[in-house]
Amino acid sequence: MKDKIINMLELTGFTWFIPLIKLVTGESPKQQLQDLVKMIGIPMLAMIIFLGLWHVGAAKVVTSLGQVPGPVEVWKQASILIDEHYIEREKEVKFHERQDIRNAKKLAKDPNAEVTDRPYTGRQTYFDQILTSLWTVFVGFVIASIIAIPIGIVSGLSNTLYSALNPLIQIFKPISPLAWLPIVTIVVSAVYVSEDPMFSKSFITSAITVTLCSLWPTLINTAVGVSSIDRDLINVGRVLRLSYATTVFKIVIPSSIPMIFTGLRISLGIGWMVLIAAEMLAQNPGLGKFVWDQFQNGSSESLGRIMVAVLTIGILGFMLDRVMLTMQKFFSYDKNAVIR
Amino acid sequence: MESYLNIDHVSIEFPTANGPFKALDSVNLKIDKGEFVSIIGHSGCGKSTVMNIVGGLYQATEGGVILQGKEVNEPGPDRAIVFQNHSLFPWLTAYENVEIAVKSVFKGKKSKLEMKDWIEHNIELVHMSHAKDKLPAELSGGMKQRIGIARALAMEPKVLLMDEPFGALDALTRAHLQDSLMEIQADLNNTVMMITHDVDEAVLLSDKIVMMTNGPAATIGEVLDVKLERPRHRLQLANDVQYNHYRSEVIHFLHERHARKVA
Repeated sequence: MKDKIINMLELTGFTWFIPLIKLVTGESPKQQLQDLVKMIGIPMLAMIIFLGLWHVGAAKVVTSLGQVPGPVEVWKQASILIDEHYIEREKEVKFHERQDIRNAKKLAKDPNAEVTDRPYTGRQTYFDQILTSLWTVFVGFVIASIIAIPIGIVSGLSNTLYSALNPLIQIFKPISPLAWLPIVTIVVSAVYVSEDPMFSKSFITSAITVTLCSLWPTLINTAVGVSSIDRDLINVGRVLRLSYATTVFKIVIPSSIPMIFTGLRISLGIGWMVLIAAEMLAQNPGLGKFVWDQFQNGSSESLGRIMVAVLTIGILGFMLDRVMLTMQKFFSYDKNAVIR
Repeated sequence: MESYLNIDHVSIEFPTANGPFKALDSVNLKIDKGEFVSIIGHSGCGKSTVMNIVGGLYQATEGGVILQGKEVNEPGPDRAIVFQNHSLFPWLTAYENVEIAVKSVFKGKKSKLEMKDWIEHNIELVHMSHAKDKLPAELSGGMKQRIGIARALAMEPKVLLMDEPFGALDALTRAHLQDSLMEIQADLNNTVMMITHDVDEAVLLSDKIVMMTNGPAATIGEVLDVKLERPRHRLQLANDVQYNHYRSEVIHFLHERHARKVA
């Protein structure tokens, strides 16, 4: 039981809790306490010093929107945002209750009356915006991976194809999302025309921009991983006369999984960074738009709210990376490899 | 009489920046069924190239390889290869490594149950049944090579090709594996072509030792028939006059007549 929990924590990267688990089960308390101080104590200390410096430093800068908010003010804004979310949700529930009652009355009077179920059109809460951002980056990232991994595998296997694609990759890789965005916006508005669109244009524009920027690390890492497979392993496949498809699925992909995941992790990190910029400009209702709206709003609360968003972006980015790391460890054959 | 495996006047050139480089020149060798042949020579003389041509991984520029009356010019399971660095798939267990070979070679010829028995039989042959569910990373170098041999044997090859199979192992492990190999050979009587640079290994295991001259344009210098009784035991042979005669023949060839000019 204990070993299972520890194993799982190791897999997910929550190694800080391991000494705690061992302590609870009574394994050499002294050693565990030392580990605890090292793994939790020191990072905590660094965090406290950071908050202190922030608090002192922020108090010294006065802007047009008032003082730069310190940790306390940011915490307050965070709680307000959370409260607003619950208030908004309550409003929504009440709206639907009222609507249901109204409709029921109508039907009671005249069973043939036309009843309309209107959706609630209240404003998006902070959590809605976070979900929008996560969903957008997920869609963009998945599209990028679906394109990048197969191309990476094929071009890693063929030198000719790799030298054909390499200049294109090198040219497109360093392009900023802000440069892509106007092109994507205009192309999307020209091509994506429908009476009843399933997705809003701003969503598609943001997702495609994420795709365009997060393709490259996966593509390059996959190609490098595939082309650096041990020749002898490929030769084993040739001796067995495996077909191209079998070689790819049984030999090429398993042996380049670690590199593919390294690429995916970098891609997701870049995708998340790009998304915020894309949302600001494309007005996709996510965290990027939230930051932009607060900036335009310019009230005394704005700076604090932007900082809440900044921290949220950081924490979510960290969590996304952890998810990828866990998946990498799970799918990789070499469980002992040190992956950071 | 037509021989079982005929390496017929094989030459190979590799293109380089300074024009073609002739690695092998007219290598001519006939191997009978059930014969154990070692190819010995200094490193870089092209002995592995000979094996790669027989294995079909390289194409001869001139001449060709004929196995049972048919020319072979692509790799196939009838010429299974044991690579120097075992070349096991690191993400598969020992059992699965043999299984992937058995499944592709005997697809449609053996039932699932027969395949399972055959895989287990071959793992047993190399004394690895106790560790069949381990990943290569959990096995020692010698154990990995045993599985490599089991995988090659499981393909039921017409010719078993071994490229310095014990070269990466320490002396004691190497001796163990040589003994195992002799044991298996006594049972199965495979046709084996082994590349080696170890004189003792060559004399101990082979029916025939093929000594290669130095490259470029390397070819067969001499062929030595080893007529020692089987089964052979390394302890008894240590002081055997005949054994030491063969040994000194090979050493004289390698270090006197064809000593490498640049070490």
